Amino acid sequence: MKLPVDTSAPLGLGLAILFGFVFGFLLDRGRVDRYDVIVNFFRLRDFRVLKIMLSAIVIGGIGVALLVAADLATFHIKPLHLLAIIVGGAIFGIGMVLLGYCPGTGIAAIGTGSIHAAIGLLGMIAGSILYGVTYPWISEHILSIGDLGKATLPSLTGIPAFAWWIIIVIVVGVVFALVSKLKSKTAAKVAGAN
Amino acid sequence: MKPSTMMKPSILKNGSWNPYLVGAGIGILSWLVFLLVDKPLGISTEVSKWGGAVLGLFTGQEAVTAMPYWGKNPPSLGYSFWFTIAVVAGAFASAGLAGTLRKEVVPELWKSRFGPSVTRRAVGAFLGGVLLLFGARLADGCTSGHGISGSLQLAASGWLFFLSVMVTGVITARLLFPHKNINQ
Repeated sequence: MKLPVDTSAPLGLGLAILFGFVFGFLLDRGRVDRYDVIVNFFRLRDFRVLKIMLSAIVIGGIGVALLVAADLATFHIKPLHLLAIIVGGAIFGIGMVLLGYCPGTGIAAIGTGSIHAAIGLLGMIAGSILYGVTYPWISEHILSIGDLGKATLPSLTGIPAFAWWIIIVIVVGVVFALVSKLKSKTAAKVAGAN
Repeated sequence: MKPSTMMKPSILKNGSWNPYLVGAGIGILSWLVFLLVDKPLGISTEVSKWGGAVLGLFTGQEAVTAMPYWGKNPPSLGYSFWFTIAVVAGAFASAGLAGTLRKEVVPELWKSRFGPSVTRRAVGAFLGGVLLLFGARLADGCTSGHGISGSLQLAASGWLFFLSVMVTGVITARLLFPHKNINQ
């Protein structure tokens, strides 16, 4: 079999369905397709979102780096448009708390019976139309500001990728330890208050 | 014990898996998508194609694909369409096996703060969706495309997006839910 598979051929579309199915299944089992789990993450009370994202980044990242090193995969780095990413992320953060889902978890939540996630999807479609029609202006005035191209943490800092992974694994380990401590402290406080 | 319950291993009925294992599963899924289809996990580009298709109902599809944005992202029934539809199916299957399928119109936490009004929740959800996808398109990715797929490649854009979302998300949550005693 020649890799990567042609994604417009039946096998590629079959893989699309398999991968999407597994992703939706995992999001639901992680309970991150629930409004209260997402909102309570931003209230710093439920760290499931952080635990899932950081473990996915560490496990996924080290594996993908090895695949690329073995010439079995290629990186797809999105460009670092400083202003667009900071402003876009800021708007996204407000929307994520208001809706209680991100695009992926909201779409998964529709499958579990969340009607308000479906209304959120209609809003997302409207938001994308708003972006599409304003894109020529945004492209000229926002995307061009602070455009650093396909920058990576190694390319920006000169610290090699394997050293970054050591740093990330240590930082993520500390974050996980802190988060589990914080949680038991909150639980003790709640128990004490009762 | 009925045969049907005997056949169903308990791991499929347990609707809440260890988050570290779920994260590891998504990480391994990333290996497979990079290796087999060369397409990192992502959602918001596909949703913006649906936006183009909806706009096309009013303007005609040719007018949409003539616009600069949809010229590079024309609506199509390709890989990312089927991937996104399958996310719905996967979550449906998971919730069905775990017995957690339920109709939710106004979630409990929202209700405890903003009351049971369906209209109010619908407006909040719709507006949230508008901001979410506008922000995701401006940043060129969402929690999946930037937050997971970008960060795991050590893309600076992915990590910066993650940080920016955290900052306004925490502030918004503090403003919307100021009371410490809302404990749902």
